[in-house]
Amino acid sequence: MITRRLFLLAGAVFAGGAPAGAALKVVTTTPDMASIVREVAGDKVTVESMARGYQDPHYVEAKPSFMLKLNKADLLVVVGRELEIGWLPPLITQARNARIHPGGPGYLDASTTARILEIPTGQITRAMGDVHPSGNPHYWLDPDNGKRIAQAVQAKLSAMDSANAAHFAQRAADFERRLTAADKGWQAQMAPHKGLKIVTYHRSWPNFVDHFGLDVMGYVEPKPGIPPSPSHTLALIKAMKEQDVKLILVEPYFDLKTPNSIARETGARVVVMPPSVGALPEITDYIALFDYDVKLLVEAIKATGGR
Amino acid sequence: MEASFQAVVDPYARADFFLVFSPEEVGVEEAFITFTALPADFLLKVGKMRASFGKVNQMHNHILPWTDRPLVTQDLVGGEEGISDAGLSLSRLFPNPVLFIEAIGEVFRGESPDLFRAPRRGDLTYVGRLRGYRDLTESTNVDFGGSFAHGTSVEGVHGLHTQLMGADLTLRWRPLRRAIYRRFLARTELVWSRRDLAGGEVARAFGVYGSADYQFGRRWFTGLRLDRSERADDPSLVDKAVSATLTYWPSEFSQVRAQYRHVSYGEGIKADELLFQFLFSIGAHGAHTF
Repeated sequence: MITRRLFLLAGAVFAGGAPAGAALKVVTTTPDMASIVREVAGDKVTVESMARGYQDPHYVEAKPSFMLKLNKADLLVVVGRELEIGWLPPLITQARNARIHPGGPGYLDASTTARILEIPTGQITRAMGDVHPSGNPHYWLDPDNGKRIAQAVQAKLSAMDSANAAHFAQRAADFERRLTAADKGWQAQMAPHKGLKIVTYHRSWPNFVDHFGLDVMGYVEPKPGIPPSPSHTLALIKAMKEQDVKLILVEPYFDLKTPNSIARETGARVVVMPPSVGALPEITDYIALFDYDVKLLVEAIKATGGR
Repeated sequence: MEASFQAVVDPYARADFFLVFSPEEVGVEEAFITFTALPADFLLKVGKMRASFGKVNQMHNHILPWTDRPLVTQDLVGGEEGISDAGLSLSRLFPNPVLFIEAIGEVFRGESPDLFRAPRRGDLTYVGRLRGYRDLTESTNVDFGGSFAHGTSVEGVHGLHTQLMGADLTLRWRPLRRAIYRRFLARTELVWSRRDLAGGEVARAFGVYGSADYQFGRRWFTGLRLDRSERADDPSLVDKAVSATLTYWPSEFSQVRAQYRHVSYGEGIKADELLFQFLFSIGAHGAHTF
């Protein structure tokens, strides 16, 4: 019996080591990147994200099971701008897969062609909190950047699998067309609310508010990555009252205690706003993410009696 | 104080240096190069490193969840320095759909300060480890391993060896939606020591610890550890301890820790201690170990 089990295990070990089939294996750090790869590649690749959409992408654990995914990957797509600096480097080192090392043929930093905001110009110190020295990594929350990411993915996949280049080009063009059409609808819904002042928990939304014309007047976090402090919270409440700010956007992975108490003091509304695909079951892809967020936001603005 | 320098050397390797500064001396905690682009799922490390024996032996002081190391480390696995030596470490993954399996084989010069000594050049230290890992759910996982170490005993008499066998089990829970607020980790390590004594006798000793750590707020952790270990040379002496810790993280770059420790030493001495520790890190954002 024991011998038979050993044989089964050995069989599994060797089966796992079999060479990859025709489809490229793509691994991404976040589900947003996975969704865009899926849009561009269709069934010509298999794609998997390591992080989940309801998880803080700064604090993913470097689980050995991710090492196995990376070990077999042909292509690794990262968000970049140091979003994954706390967990990805040791996984890459230990994955035993030279293709996916930064600079390798199977490594794509999706931020290289995107429009990046908040790139610090002066000296950065830790006194500023966890500031990303190469700019804000939440850039996928601008549909125009979605198009740029798709183009980068298309170029990379075409270089890796030239036989399917026409397929990727056609799908990327189709995605861009659908995204442009959807964006017209989102812009129309958001247009009446241009210039509306809001508060967000973390600096996750600069690209989103830039695209839709909102104005972030403050953050629940005193500094990026630093949990709320009483003095900062009091100052924020005062400023929100003065400027009549009625919306607090919170990412699904933050505690609601402080946002709720700010809301009680100011009469503002707390909106748990998904920043990633898969944060909720109905957010199945990149376009659905904006569909959901824009609808949620417009309903919340109406409920607070805002413009 | 520890200073680390970590960089990619070229497309085939990366280098990691960890220097330790204490009032008495400056030492090299680890200094190794890792070859990351080898074929057939191999990974090679060359240099001075902490050996892959169990879990705690591989950890630097600042990532321990305690201010001290477990008694079994002190009594059987070379104390603060542990098994740490210059040599080669070759490891391989065995990718399969069921389980993460990694096998590690290491050969060292034979000089781990409080455990192994090499009176002759051929008196090397050998370490082997087989590690398994599996996700139980997206939040829960189990990590287990068996380790082995063999070398010439610290007294430095050729032919008198120390052999260690170890087993470790770790259970982790960290809910993805609240990853920055809640986590739980339970761990145990068991070590069996077999040491040749002068005159042909053999001393067999066993030691174990079990620990649990719980994060109950964004900045707060608490933990409990139970220790029991026989002494390597005289198993009739048994050291036992109970520790409780409370840790506060002002940010992910600094922490303050208090530990209460009650130890009952084999000689009959009892000690109650309150230990404090302040930790901080500066420089580039390092990756978190798993």
